[in-house]
Amino acid sequence: MSDLLVDGLSGLLLALGCLFMVSGAVGLLRFPDFYTRMHAAGVTDTLATFLIVCALMLQAGWSLALFKLGLILLFIFFTSPAASHALAKAAQHSPLRLEPVAEQGADEAFPEPGQGTEIAEPALEADAANADRA
Amino acid sequence: MLAATILALLVVMVLALVRALLGPTIYDRILAVNVFGTKTVVLIAVICFTLGKPEFLDIALVYALINFVSVVGVLRYFEFRSGSRDQGAGRHEYTPGEGGAGS
Repeated sequence: MSDLLVDGLSGLLLALGCLFMVSGAVGLLRFPDFYTRMHAAGVTDTLATFLIVCALMLQAGWSLALFKLGLILLFIFFTSPAASHALAKAAQHSPLRLEPVAEQGADEAFPEPGQGTEIAEPALEADAANADRA
Repeated sequence: MLAATILALLVVMVLALVRALLGPTIYDRILAVNVFGTKTVVLIAVICFTLGKPEFLDIALVYALINFVSVVGVLRYFEFRSGSRDQGAGRHEYTPGEGGAGS
C-alpha cells in the first residue's frame, strides 16, 4: 500500500515536472525577445528540476542516493537563479539593455509638487482640443 | 513513467539546441546552453534510476557544478568585451549613491 502510494506520488511529480519542462522549452523556442525567453527558461528550469528530483528522491528510499539527490537539488537551487541573474546582468551591459523607466527624466517620473501642474498642462490642453473637435 | 520522462527530457534538450543554433544574440545561446546543461543533469539522474545504478548520481553532481562554472565563465568573458555598449556607464550604475532611479 505504502509502495503504491510512493510510486503514484513519484509518477505524479514526474508528470508535472515534464509538463513544466516542456512548456518552458516551448517558451524558450517561441517567445519573441531575449528577456521573455529568459523568463520562460528561468522560471520553469528550477521548478521542473525540483519536481523531477523530488520524484527520484521518493523512489530512492533511505539510501546514499537520497543524500546525493538532495545535494544535486541544493546545487541547482543555488546555481540556477545565480546563473539567470548573471545572464540578465550581462545582457544589461550589452546592446540588449533595457532602459529604466525613470531614465527619461527623474523629474517626470517622480514630479516635485510644484512641477506637477506644468507637466499636466499639455495633457489638459490636448483634452480640451479633443473636446472642441468632438 | 521514467521512460516518458527521459523522452520529454530529450525533446526539451533538442528544443534548447534549436534555440542555441537559432539564437540571434550570444545571450540567447548562453541561455539555451544553460538550460541544456541543467536538463543534462536531470537526464543523468533519471537514467541512473532507470538502469538501477546509483553510482551515476556522482556524475550528475559533478556535471551540475561544471555547468554552473562554465556558464558564469562564458558570461564573464562576454560581459565586458568590446562588443558591450559603453562599459564605463554600465559600471557607473552600480556605485552606491549614484543608483539608476534618480536617487
